[in-house]
Amino acid sequence: VTAAPETPRLLANAPALSKLHQWVVTVDHKKLGLMYIMSGLVFFIIGGLEAVMMRWQLAWSDMGVLMPDEFNRLFTMHGTTMVFFVGMPILLGSANYLVPLMIGTRDMAFPRLNAFGFWLFLLGGLLLYFSYFGGQGLYGMGSAPDVGWFAYAPLTERTFSRGHSTDYWILGLLVSGFGSIATGINLVATTLCMRCKGMSLMKMPLFVWIMLIDAILIVIAMPPLAASQVMLLFDRSLGAHFFDVQGGGSAVLWQNLFWFFGHPEVYILILPAFAFVSEIIPVFCRKVIFGYPLMVAATVAIGFISMGVWVHHMFSVGLSPAVNTAFMASTMLIAVPTGIKMFNWVATMYGGRIRLHTPMLFSIGFLVQFLFGGLTGIMLAVVPFDWQVSDSYFVVGHFHYVLFGGLVFTIFAAIFYWFPKASGKMLSEKLGKWQFWLLLIGFNLTFGPMHVSGMLGMPRRIYTYHADRGWEFWNLLTSIGVIFQVLAVAFFAYNVIRSLRKGKPAGDDPWDAWTLEWSTTSPPPAWNYDVDPEVRSRRPLWDKKHPEDPDWKYE
Amino acid sequence: VTARVIAIAWALGLFVVHAAMAAPICAPGQPEMPSMFLPRSEPAEIILDITWLVTGICAVIFVIMEGLIIWAIIRYRQRRSEADGSEPPQVYGSNPIELAWTVIPLLIVFILFLVSARGIFEIDKQEPPPGSLEVTVVGHRWWWEFDYGELGFVTANELHVPLTKDGEAQSVFLTLESADVLHSFWVPQLAGKKDVVPGRVNHLWLKPRQMGTYVGQCAEYCGNQHANMLITVYVHSEEDFDKWVANQQRDAVEDAAVADGRDIFMRTACINCHTIRGTVADGTFAPDLTHLMSRNVLGAGAAANTPDRLREWVWDPQNIKPGCDMPSMKLSHDDTDRICAYLETLK
Repeated sequence: VTAAPETPRLLANAPALSKLHQWVVTVDHKKLGLMYIMSGLVFFIIGGLEAVMMRWQLAWSDMGVLMPDEFNRLFTMHGTTMVFFVGMPILLGSANYLVPLMIGTRDMAFPRLNAFGFWLFLLGGLLLYFSYFGGQGLYGMGSAPDVGWFAYAPLTERTFSRGHSTDYWILGLLVSGFGSIATGINLVATTLCMRCKGMSLMKMPLFVWIMLIDAILIVIAMPPLAASQVMLLFDRSLGAHFFDVQGGGSAVLWQNLFWFFGHPEVYILILPAFAFVSEIIPVFCRKVIFGYPLMVAATVAIGFISMGVWVHHMFSVGLSPAVNTAFMASTMLIAVPTGIKMFNWVATMYGGRIRLHTPMLFSIGFLVQFLFGGLTGIMLAVVPFDWQVSDSYFVVGHFHYVLFGGLVFTIFAAIFYWFPKASGKMLSEKLGKWQFWLLLIGFNLTFGPMHVSGMLGMPRRIYTYHADRGWEFWNLLTSIGVIFQVLAVAFFAYNVIRSLRKGKPAGDDPWDAWTLEWSTTSPPPAWNYDVDPEVRSRRPLWDKKHPEDPDWKYE
Repeated sequence: VTARVIAIAWALGLFVVHAAMAAPICAPGQPEMPSMFLPRSEPAEIILDITWLVTGICAVIFVIMEGLIIWAIIRYRQRRSEADGSEPPQVYGSNPIELAWTVIPLLIVFILFLVSARGIFEIDKQEPPPGSLEVTVVGHRWWWEFDYGELGFVTANELHVPLTKDGEAQSVFLTLESADVLHSFWVPQLAGKKDVVPGRVNHLWLKPRQMGTYVGQCAEYCGNQHANMLITVYVHSEEDFDKWVANQQRDAVEDAAVADGRDIFMRTACINCHTIRGTVADGTFAPDLTHLMSRNVLGAGAAANTPDRLREWVWDPQNIKPGCDMPSMKLSHDDTDRICAYLETLK
């Protein structure tokens, strides 16, 4: 254990305003990472509350809790928030925090660009939410945007979307999108150029590999989104007709452009989940990851194929059977590398000594639920089945199993795993287990029945349904599950606040882990490492702890 | 353990329980639940066959994988005797095993691909099968227009088709168009959905197998009242369908007893949007009312078409379907009564 560097007295005793100033002007990748994650969590609570209101309205047939326009704003804001202002900042934040530590360097390649990226993201989020107050515009119509998170044309044209709400949606995403592109470029540059001595590409921890692919996907996929947002802005403000059907534009063009971004985006969001569990599962099973080279190859394959599957969001648009068949093939193909990852994680557990601490519990939750979401994904790739359930609650259930059961569960796993590193305090295991079980029950109760209501004919994005449809039972189950989830998140919030104040001190390496970040202090000093690290294998701390049997002999 | 039990119960229960749920819920005479598991038309049947196959394959994979995960957790959970700081043997990988779980999934998706591709080409017809009944469906915010073309009439929200024609099963070929934004035509018991795209002409093929009433609705978000853009499809016997067609082809009933209501209707903005054939009302922005009383719903399913609800609707549609394009005409109570009396004669 290295001695904790003494905090400069000047800072420790600084008044609150100076401390705040520290955070505002910082270019430290750790502070920026934490700010990304904290703002992501705040948006998570907001987006979650929006979902709570929707589930109240849908708990039974013909409920009058919300007016239709209010409901439509809620699902638009919920989707936009969760994808762009929860998923993105948390993944960028964790990459920001962990990648430089894991590759043994002092900071990101471009620290000021890094700060710029964060503040753009935050500005984008605030612009989006400002629409609730400023979206009225000239016509006194609208408030928050109500066009759905993928904002299908021509509903977004001036004709159908008066006022400024859709403009705020465009600007919010455009601005935060530029931030994401900047951070993506930064991550690629950092990973390629700043690795410590001895760390060849094939000696990087899987987390770094997956985040590298993720950053490349961001750099490729976000610009098309920015371009289509600008086109839409032209349509709305300058009288262009890209998507304005009456003026000769094309509604399908928007779908192609949006999903050309949107499908890689889905993988941009789920790859970090793979990154988290690829670090956590080995440590809590006490075994090296099974089949590292194949895991890397599978990640690259997923990144590559994910660029060529976007039309599976458009199977019911009426494209030709040949197009549908081709994209069905590419979509099914992506199941293969994803399956490889699944098998390799389970193989890592095989023969290990599994410690069921909270990070591992959440990782197991991920395995169980992501498997389900992945399999319903294969079902959705089957075009004729998709014709029945696309745009139904089946799809809503499917992508929540992937993004909530998958990504959010691993975000909690990651927070429990790295919180001690970032704060120097342990989170409470007891509260963590309460949170895990409540979330597991609530999650499955909410999103499992959605598959059923979807197959029973319930389309997504309806603000109400009549009693004769017979969907009450499944919707009630879904809404009851929300109560458990709210409780789980309350446990989490309490746990974080309590542990920050009086959590057990963590020490440098509380989980007996193997990657570089556990060799520095908790929290790490601004400069990360007193001495530049040097590695000989993928698990430098294993080599240090087991000099008689080091990894580099086998890799 | 609870989690695992829940997970497995879902996997097995999900696809079985609903079938049991769906059947008894429907009282006789009522439309069945719009479940894709109760197919009443050929394309829906083909889809269900494919669904069972893909669900079966996925369920087997799910059970095996979850079983492996649970078994690994139980079998390899750290024992107290092992908590001595020692580590288990480190296994870095195995080429033959990893090759196996690359190739086997490839084979599985290849089979799935072949079956599904056949289904696509079987269902997705670009040309009407010979002898089809052809109907043009126009999606509006937020109602459906059904144009029977050669038969010479237009109706709304309720599609009527015959089961047979000259004793042969009757194919129905829908041409889908949009008047404004995206919509999607979805009646799960008859066929998968097909989007209704402005600036584009889509087609959907149905071939009903059984008489009955089938419900569905718009499945692509189209704005405020997306939820109240419902569809009912009536599959009749040949004779009943011919009777229905003969009635729809007639111009609106002229009843002297409600002449004052008729006059108010024709003097008011009603005629800018609604058509009543045989009168000056020839608007096309809103549903054709020529045979309003032959329909069972108002506002594309927002309310049942009963005298009470009709009066509420005419008085102020925004109370029943907030945000819809029809405003309250600020009629007096008397005028509202008279217009309703007139509308109620439009059988």
